[in-house]
Amino acid sequence: MIPVNRNGEVWVFAEQHEGKLEDISLELLGRARMLGDKLGVKVASVLIGDNVKSLAKELCHYGADKVYVLEHPLLEHYQANSYARVIYNLIHKYEPQIMIYGASPCGRDLAPRVASAAKAGLTADCTDLQIGDHEDKQANTVHKNLLLQIRPAFGGNIIATIINYDRWPQMATVREGVMPMPEPQGNRKGEIIEEEVHLTQDELPLEILKEHKQEKKVNLKASRIIVSGGAGVGSKENFRLIWDLANSLGAAPGATRAAVDLGFIDRDHQVGQTGTTVRPSLYIAVGISGAIQHQAGMSDSQKIIAVNSDPEAPIFDIAHYKIIGDLNEVVPKMIKAIKMRV
Amino acid sequence: MAYNCVVPIKQVPDTKRITGDAMNDDGTVNRGSLPAIFNPEDLNALEMALSIKDKFGGKVTVITMGLPAAGAILRQSLYRGADEAILITDRRCAASDTLATSYILSCAVRKLDYDIVLCGRQAIDGDTAQVGPQLAEKLGIPQITYVEELLDIANGKISAKRNMGNGWQEVKCRLPVLLTVIDEANEPRVAIAKKLMKYKNARTPIEIQMQLKEDNPDASEDELAALAKGKIGTLTEKDLVIKQWDLDFLGADLEWCGRDGSPTKVHRIQSVVLTARDSKTVEPSEQSISDMIHELISDKTIS
Repeated sequence: MIPVNRNGEVWVFAEQHEGKLEDISLELLGRARMLGDKLGVKVASVLIGDNVKSLAKELCHYGADKVYVLEHPLLEHYQANSYARVIYNLIHKYEPQIMIYGASPCGRDLAPRVASAAKAGLTADCTDLQIGDHEDKQANTVHKNLLLQIRPAFGGNIIATIINYDRWPQMATVREGVMPMPEPQGNRKGEIIEEEVHLTQDELPLEILKEHKQEKKVNLKASRIIVSGGAGVGSKENFRLIWDLANSLGAAPGATRAAVDLGFIDRDHQVGQTGTTVRPSLYIAVGISGAIQHQAGMSDSQKIIAVNSDPEAPIFDIAHYKIIGDLNEVVPKMIKAIKMRV
Repeated sequence: MAYNCVVPIKQVPDTKRITGDAMNDDGTVNRGSLPAIFNPEDLNALEMALSIKDKFGGKVTVITMGLPAAGAILRQSLYRGADEAILITDRRCAASDTLATSYILSCAVRKLDYDIVLCGRQAIDGDTAQVGPQLAEKLGIPQITYVEELLDIANGKISAKRNMGNGWQEVKCRLPVLLTVIDEANEPRVAIAKKLMKYKNARTPIEIQMQLKEDNPDASEDELAALAKGKIGTLTEKDLVIKQWDLDFLGADLEWCGRDGSPTKVHRIQSVVLTARDSKTVEPSEQSISDMIHELISDKTIS
């Protein structure tokens, strides 16, 4: 824990794998920029690895005023112990007021380890971050300009705003895809600060024996249009309808957790709280009742079409176009209408 | 070579069975309306610990921090084959966030002889996945998160397969270690009839005290204390008293427990309000659907 430091910077952990920055880190820089400007402090990124300095410029293009570069041969591959150790030391050296991480498998492995070592607060899986005041009625004090850490809780049924006014830095992990990617500015420059790193093999307890990366079968976040199917589609065979409608629109096929669990489609396609968060121009929900966990991942879509035979389905509460009917009849009609326009 | 496993578990409201009365009018959660269950991924962690015991031998100890009612999941663990169960219950634990929880758990785990600590990846009430790594750091041991398969334990090292979301990783690590286990790892075993018969009457001291108070509404505090002493004595002879620890027993520094020990505080809770939108109902007819598609083409939603 570090003392409350109102001049402290806003930090973003720059997640990189094999010399490529993860999208989430760039998304976070956009929001960090907004938070830093509001607080009148600098935004810095913490870049860790071996031979990664060349990535610092890109972080500046996306909004960092400063990049702390921590390079060491032992930091080439991510490990919770070693990365947490060097971040912990850096926090104590510079006393940032805020540090945010992507809620990726790596960020969710790392951030709690840092928080525990630093005895600082950490909020998981935020969907929004703002600056605001907190009134402590018991102590009759107002804590100004805190990081408001906003996240769904209780299976998505409530939205909680969490604060940390005394044991800093204020830290949070943020879901991928919930914050818009900023436009890079190629002429934006920042200060690059190379830090000395001392590590021993003892701080790398994990030996990586084998590794396999598979590209996701679909890039939902990058799709302008998503056609998703739910349990109501009925079977894997019938899910063909979802693929056909998606193909006719050049869209990505998505699904609810229920449809994935029933084996209709691969988990990579899952939209929702435990899947991918999307905000496309058009989201077509077919045979989806609209559980709150699913809505959490798609309700920010610009336009939503819902097709369901149950007029009471909660998905209709957030749909712009409601089609109450049998999807086996409605979807072919949609495909026909789309093909006719060409 | 036998290995001792410690499994921290949590009793959680079943957030998957949310009904209409789950939310109070002021936006807070009506916990009483939800059934309390064994956190699902903690069952996967327990299963992995029991399978280590089956293969290598050793002892499985489950430990939970919670209300007296959490005795239920301790018994469920004993029914499945855990050797020992411990309840940490203390009013001063209330309002602990993940940091304070991991601190209190670390004080308890340090009292035990362990090689492997197995946690569920996350609990369904908060979904933070923070307590595992935070506990590992507090214990000063390495962590292997998102374990979907235990590969082997040999020569003081454990190897496991991690599910990384976009692929997998096989890692090897020295002991002692903390694992967080995911639901894909295994199918948790069900209660064993013999164990169920043996442990169905196992109770924590606080459960015994609460039951006696309910059964003897007119008894004085002294009478209740005497009754409790007798009952605990009888159950102890049958090895049916579940261990119960408080913060004093743990020697925990109160500055790091409960509300005071929790850096994160709730600023505001809002229930999810579904925003009303401009919406239109489209008839499932060919003409109406075609009109809708044309509207979306003309406003450039569909290019």
